[in-house]
Amino acid sequence: MSAPAYPPGARVRVVERFPPGHIRTPHYCRGRVGRVERLCGRFPNPEKLAYGRGTDDVRALYRVRFRQRELWPDYAGPAEDTVEIEIYEHWLEDAS
Amino acid sequence: MSPHDGPHDHGSEEHGPHPNQPDLEDAPLGYYPAMAEAIAELLVEKGVFTADDLRATIDAMASRTPALGGTLVARAWVDPAFKRRLIADSKPAAAELGIDTGPAPILVMENTDALHNVVVCTLCSCYPVFLLGKSPDWYKSRNYRSRVVRNPRAVLAEFGTIVEEGREVRVHDSTADMRYMVLPRRPTGTDGWSEEDLAEIVTRDCLVGVTEPRV
Repeated sequence: MSAPAYPPGARVRVVERFPPGHIRTPHYCRGRVGRVERLCGRFPNPEKLAYGRGTDDVRALYRVRFRQRELWPDYAGPAEDTVEIEIYEHWLEDAS
Repeated sequence: MSPHDGPHDHGSEEHGPHPNQPDLEDAPLGYYPAMAEAIAELLVEKGVFTADDLRATIDAMASRTPALGGTLVARAWVDPAFKRRLIADSKPAAAELGIDTGPAPILVMENTDALHNVVVCTLCSCYPVFLLGKSPDWYKSRNYRSRVVRNPRAVLAEFGTIVEEGREVRVHDSTADMRYMVLPRRPTGTDGWSEEDLAEIVTRDCLVGVTEPRV
């Protein structure tokens, strides 16, 4: 099993693709840049789990913190407001 | 004036008995409920578990209430070492008090004077049932789920919670394998309170983060 690709603090971009199926990556963060807050652990890939295709495909899961204004450019609240989202490693790419 | 024009026309002879509340079976059985019932029946028939196991599991889940979360918060307020353990890893910390956090890891998010946390599941309705019991209807509504992640301060204000400028609002979108419980700030005026009294002011809504405990 490979080591997790992104340490806490790493700048990451959520992959901007829109495949069909059971995807646990919300649309509103696709293509957006945030920072890894922590590694949550390794969990079966839900994109296979949801269709009874087994639990062998285990993926690293991260919490990624986004500025509200990165997600919603017209966000009216303070610049420091944030959203944290759980995202699997195969939905992230390096944005350092 | 017809008998139905008046606002309090209950005496009218045209006013028949109230209709009965419809039985569950009066609505058509949907595809997924039918499948769920069929699978449950098959699992019982094949001896994977018994009907009593199924009933007992539903009973155990239904008996969970936000008081479990409140108990953890009250202990964290009076015992800083316990608070650190709870935030670091809630499962063993809760087990110290005989509380089972369930199969999904629960992350405890601490409110401070600089930070207010609020929890949502934008994709469906993930919720820390083991510590909070069944989720309220508003938590599952599209209204809450779509708006709190986009405009959290306005949604919190609708719950009567005004977060000061200068205090970050952090929304936790419960999208995958984690569940979340907010650890609210202990209100002033509670010095010397027993853990039992403290636990009582920690409501479900405080633990989701849409309000804060009040004395």
